Amino acid sequence: MSRVEALGRFIWDFVVGDDWQVGAGVVVAIGATAVVATTNVAAWWVLPVAVAGLLALTLWRASRAR
Amino acid sequence: MSGTDIGLALAVFLACAVEAVEALTIVLAVGFTRSWRSAFIGVGAAIVLLSATTAALGPALTALPLNALRVAVGGLLLAFGLQWLRKAILRAAGLKALHDEAGIYQTELSAAREAGNPASGLDGYSFTIAFKGVFLEGLEVVFIVLTFGANQHHIGLAAAAAGVAVVLVVLAGIAIHAPLARVPENTMKFGVGVMLTSFGTFWGAEGAGAHWPGSDAALLVLIPAVLVFALAAVAIVSRRPSSAGGQANEAAVRA
Repeated sequence: MSRVEALGRFIWDFVVGDDWQVGAGVVVAIGATAVVATTNVAAWWVLPVAVAGLLALTLWRASRAR
Repeated sequence: MSGTDIGLALAVFLACAVEAVEALTIVLAVGFTRSWRSAFIGVGAAIVLLSATTAALGPALTALPLNALRVAVGGLLLAFGLQWLRKAILRAAGLKALHDEAGIYQTELSAAREAGNPASGLDGYSFTIAFKGVFLEGLEVVFIVLTFGANQHHIGLAAAAAGVAVVLVVLAGIAIHAPLARVPENTMKFGVGVMLTSFGTFWGAEGAGAHWPGSDAALLVLIPAVLVFALAAVAIVSRRPSSAGGQANEAAVRA
């Protein structure tokens, strides 16, 4: 494994960790918040709802795997 | 000092105290079994590299426009905080081994003894293990200090909270000459996960253009709401049938 590859893997593990879908979900949720914020609808609730869903999903998967 | 500043200082203090306890365990293990001098040189080298990382990343972060900074910091804190919270909930529910500092210390002691006799000059094993332990745990401290501090334009406050935590842990380690196994690390990690997730949600939404009802006061609702959700998750997950009934007793894991 090259040093660049090792560094990339370290950064990935450091920030994203065991469940990459949580990281991807965070990116999508922030994007959705930005989209809703351009409309007349309040956008503050989007991220908390998404975070609750992501946490529930990752816990469900982890508890099934154990 | 505003409520947000107090929350920032508390989150940074707790996170840094936990990381410092973990780094202390590693340094004590190689120091007691092999070479204090080499371990301290490893700690010093890690601190120099961490300082350089902070000096390089700090100005880059603070130079970002506020909304871009909040999106970046909010997203990173959320991804990072959800990792902490997920592990903390699984531990509290008995599906992941509790972090056991005394057990980890014994493992590190055994590994250090099995690595052969210490070299007469600089002991490479002590240096490397102490360096890696302090650098990797310290990197999490740098990440938390920079993201929290840059976002609130209070890097000084975040650094002070981190510094106090590290000094207190080191003084406690010097006083008892042993790893701080009685520090309630698992509870602290749970609290840090709640704080990182709450602040990440708050800043991420603000950076994306949302306006919180009550502005900063929304955190006073958001933090307890995340805590209640996490506690409910512990109750639900611990009731789920699992093939790992007794996994809380498995060998201690690092996180």
